[in-house]
Amino acid sequence: MSSLRQEFSKGLILENPVLRLVLGTCPTLAISTAAINGMGMGVAATLVLLGSNVVISLLRKVIPDRVRIPAYITIIAGFVSIVQMLMKAYLPTLDKALGIYLPLIVVNCIILGRAEGFASKNSVLASAVDAIGMGAGFTAALVSMGIIREFLGAGTFFSLPVTSQFIEPIKVMVLPPGGFFVFGILIAVANSLARRKGRKPVDSLGCHGCAGCEACPAGQSEEGKLNE
Amino acid sequence: MGKLIVNYSPHILHTDTTQGIMLDVIIALVPVSAFGIALFGPYVAAVIAVCIVAAVLSEYLFCKIAKQPNTISNLSAVVTGLLLALNLPPTFPLWMAAIGSAFAIIVVKQMFGGIGQNFANPAITARIMLTVSFPEAMTAWREPFAWLNKTADTVTTATPLSGGDFTPMRLILGQHGGCIGETCAIAIIIGGIYLLIRKVINPIIPFTYIATVGILAVAFGENPFIWIFTGGLLIGAFFMATDYVTSPTTRKGQLVFALGCGIITALIRKFGSYPEGVSFSILLMNILVPHINSLTKNKPFAWEKANHGKKN
Repeated sequence: MSSLRQEFSKGLILENPVLRLVLGTCPTLAISTAAINGMGMGVAATLVLLGSNVVISLLRKVIPDRVRIPAYITIIAGFVSIVQMLMKAYLPTLDKALGIYLPLIVVNCIILGRAEGFASKNSVLASAVDAIGMGAGFTAALVSMGIIREFLGAGTFFSLPVTSQFIEPIKVMVLPPGGFFVFGILIAVANSLARRKGRKPVDSLGCHGCAGCEACPAGQSEEGKLNE
Repeated sequence: MGKLIVNYSPHILHTDTTQGIMLDVIIALVPVSAFGIALFGPYVAAVIAVCIVAAVLSEYLFCKIAKQPNTISNLSAVVTGLLLALNLPPTFPLWMAAIGSAFAIIVVKQMFGGIGQNFANPAITARIMLTVSFPEAMTAWREPFAWLNKTADTVTTATPLSGGDFTPMRLILGQHGGCIGETCAIAIIIGGIYLLIRKVINPIIPFTYIATVGILAVAFGENPFIWIFTGGLLIGAFFMATDYVTSPTTRKGQLVFALGCGIITALIRKFGSYPEGVSFSILLMNILVPHINSLTKNKPFAWEKANHGKKN
């Protein structure tokens, strides 16, 4: 039971896909201009991740090793299509706001990374918990970035006006440079939280930061470092 | 018996200190600030004061919170705040100025490791941040000496770069709209000459930069006089592009850097949607400085002969 809790909680801070593994940066920077967009993107990706992790874990003994990547992509694309159709039907405004980034979840490296690095060699239950944890971490990062950028750049909180009537907002925060400012600062915060728990900071996009590390021969050779 | 000190070279140290250099820059900026206050009124003094206080306070608080040695005594934060203030329009709201200063110090300078580690000039980057964030406040130009006329102290005007007719004398004396510190060419040149005499800056960057812009103005069929004496070119060339940390270390590199600044400035002024391109050009070239440095490394004497002896 405690190991399941660990699988869940690691995605929140210690192995937060966005802030510690630096994956999925493209949608993170692009859609975190408003908190509600971050929430929508995070939940959509979590649903896809949950579905794909469970199915890939179920099929992990069936899928031949040599064609595993196309097989994973097909499964992920199936779930993305479902989420996209649901969103188009029930949340058309959110679908418009997310635009191209919703179908692009297919090639989101967080989802492929969890398939390759976790679901392909763990039980269904563990894979599902891992998916929920990673999805929660992704959503938390997106929502916090969205809240900060929306508040500073538009003076609103989840589209509700807070300071927008009496203070001119700092527009740069909802533009791409503001995304990078907030992203960098949040990575620093996550690193400092992780250091308190005795983990090293992410100081480069080196080999060990890769989500496919556990499956990769180069990563295996120095596995001790990763498990410290 | 005298104490014998054994140490590595260098044994003779230059007496220049960061604090001394920064003090020279502040002295060089005094005439510019004085003319700015004279042209645009006492409110400008408040903008300058707020920028400096916000910059020093941000640096003090950041160092305190990040538990780093406090660096406010080297006066670099004062220079950053002062330069930023001089790059703001005369009616700029004080709270926006304070945000700009805090951004310059905390995000652009301290987060990259403090003085000597920042890859971009803090004042320039903060100016661009403010231009992008508050486009209306950043283009609220005022007619000089309007503050003396009590009945109409909000006369707005255009900067000469966005059109209008100006005599050369008015341009040199700064009698036209613009930022606090960029209108009075004479004051900027006095400050620049002071820095050149004190050897705080070397002439390569400012002169190459200004000459490039002038030549390109002629090539584009514009009035080179207006291009050189208006906008942020003079203050940018003398005070911002020459920042030690964010300009190349070799003479050759400085030449390339200044040429690049001049070309980008001219291209933005001629073809861009903004009337002014000095801050963008300096920031873009700041980013290229590490590459310019590594491509213009000086070769040691006789290096070529030793390595390619067969050529000769």
